[in-house]
Amino acid sequence: MATPTPARLKEKENDWTRPAAMSIPKEGYFTLEKGRYGPVFPKTPACHGFSVVAKVKPGKEQVIRDYGKTIEEAVKNDPFVLAPLKLHYLRWILFDVGSGLHFMYQGIFDTDFDKYLEDAVALFIKTGITTVFTNLEGWPEDWKTNLPAVIRFFRDHQCPSFLEYGEYPYVSADEVKEALKLKAAFADMLDLMQ
Amino acid sequence: MSGSQPSRAIARDREKQTVQPPVLDLEDIQHFLMSRPPARAARYEFLTFRSATGGRFWLNGLIDKVGTAKAVGSGAGDSRWITIGFTWNGLRALGVAEESLATFPEEFRQGMAGRAEITGTTGVNHPDHWVGGLASPDLHAIAILFARDVTERERCREEHERHVAKCEGVELLSHLDLEALPPFDYAHEHFGYRDRLSQPVIEGTGAEPTPGSGPPIKAGEFFLGYPDEEGPAGGLPQPEILSRNASYVAYLRMQEHVSRFRDFLQAHGETPEQQEWIAAKLMGRWRSGAPLALAPDEDDPNLGADSQRNNDFAYADMDPYGYACPLGSHIRRMNPRDTAVNVNRRKMIRRGGTYGPPLPDDAPDDGIERGIAAFIGCASLVRQFEFTMNVWANDRNFHELGNERDPIFGNQDGTLDMTIPKRPIRMKIGGLPAFTTIRGGAYFLLPGIRALRHLASLGDSH
Repeated sequence: MATPTPARLKEKENDWTRPAAMSIPKEGYFTLEKGRYGPVFPKTPACHGFSVVAKVKPGKEQVIRDYGKTIEEAVKNDPFVLAPLKLHYLRWILFDVGSGLHFMYQGIFDTDFDKYLEDAVALFIKTGITTVFTNLEGWPEDWKTNLPAVIRFFRDHQCPSFLEYGEYPYVSADEVKEALKLKAAFADMLDLMQ
Repeated sequence: MSGSQPSRAIARDREKQTVQPPVLDLEDIQHFLMSRPPARAARYEFLTFRSATGGRFWLNGLIDKVGTAKAVGSGAGDSRWITIGFTWNGLRALGVAEESLATFPEEFRQGMAGRAEITGTTGVNHPDHWVGGLASPDLHAIAILFARDVTERERCREEHERHVAKCEGVELLSHLDLEALPPFDYAHEHFGYRDRLSQPVIEGTGAEPTPGSGPPIKAGEFFLGYPDEEGPAGGLPQPEILSRNASYVAYLRMQEHVSRFRDFLQAHGETPEQQEWIAAKLMGRWRSGAPLALAPDEDDPNLGADSQRNNDFAYADMDPYGYACPLGSHIRRMNPRDTAVNVNRRKMIRRGGTYGPPLPDDAPDDGIERGIAAFIGCASLVRQFEFTMNVWANDRNFHELGNERDPIFGNQDGTLDMTIPKRPIRMKIGGLPAFTTIRGGAYFLLPGIRALRHLASLGDSH
């Protein structure tokens, strides 16, 4: 059963109670807004996102697959290791549709792609995610000392969505966590009232 | 965690801890970002070169007067300190070859005026409204003069005027005179806030950071050619003689609307104490300099004046919700300390001063422009200066605030808010006015002394 919508929320922009879909032009944005490294991609009902697709160097499939386990272990050891990325979800996919093996790094997160790109790259280096990228075609050889080239790689291999949907649109991961904390706090309060 | 990359990172961390910092070439680095001379007056002169030969002649006649980090650091008896910088167009006007010009980073090539949307200088702050020819491609060079007093500044101005007159095709586009605001016993700006409280210390200079300021920052964050916080520096503009020991500086001329600021405080605070409280919440420090994180309830001028204590705080544990220092306040944006990652890669060195006469207390608006004209020095304009402007100052959703920008110098258009966390219920001020307006800006390269000689000796055939 649908939760009744409080009247106050109905009039608000980005109303989380109303599922929303957004179709996006081919460029990935509606109007050109310049970011530090290129066009800024808009926030959609599915928050911000990032779908980087690149071809895998021959014979490197297993190296990349093995890195999935490495990231699993890293997060197990430090659950907040990826916190700076402000992620909701991360999906790594390997696929071949006849033009060779490709890797897709898809992330749903709450920060603007352009704004925190350097922090993301720093984290990729710290956690070794760059090892995955070094097995992709087009990755700059001098990535350790050439941040602009690394950022250009992500920009060049980003495939913007043309449709995004959110069941609870525009809600950030922090807001979800706050709501769940509040729910737990209320449950504790009710327990104490017994 | 397994894999070769993390172990390399650990090895690099170990290396960082044991390797001695590189020796800074103090005879080649311009003094500007390295030391702050005891100056109470300054003059910035913005120049254009109609002729490459004339521009090089102008430069040649000034090189020996440019203060090096070594000379100024030694405390020698001079009472004027000259610094020279060039825009990308200025390097071209001097005769730098196209293949060399192409090696400079895109943001420097475009210049600050070309990056207005990124830095948030839009609306009334837009380059279309800038003064002094700063948005023009004709802006080629800046001569920055700091002098012990106004008399010395005037002597230098006349000397420079005579020199420019001898340089064919060199013209003054505009100038700005600056003077420290009385009382001179502490640095402050027109709104009355104590200034220069938080400056990074450069590794290798021997200076000790004040408590709470974090470790010294690698020289490569400020000077090209040295290792930075991530390791060896790469991608130097070529030829290397042009870029080694250089820094980039972003210049900002920011008008302060003192009457508007005072009216705002009066509108939101019934008593002088409440008005001071609002002023403190906007800045994150009391006007005395005392940080709200350490003095949340009332001002503590002794704390504000004590450099051993006034920077010794953080936010993550001390003030996570901003009850003391609001999440959107100026200092919490400009230096989020332990609430942001990689902060050492965003550090910058600020120089500059105030211009225009002080507006006496209780005086009505006199229509005279006054403000701060500052330089922000760094090794990467896009990673350091533009990030700060784009994200920390002007991201409306910084710390998930939703509809706010820096209350002091963010791009305010009257539609944004300022939230002051408070128990039991937060205080929200809507329709924040713009207390400042950007009246001009530019990106300059401050080359090392050898690079200045190289530039002065370029032939017309280049």
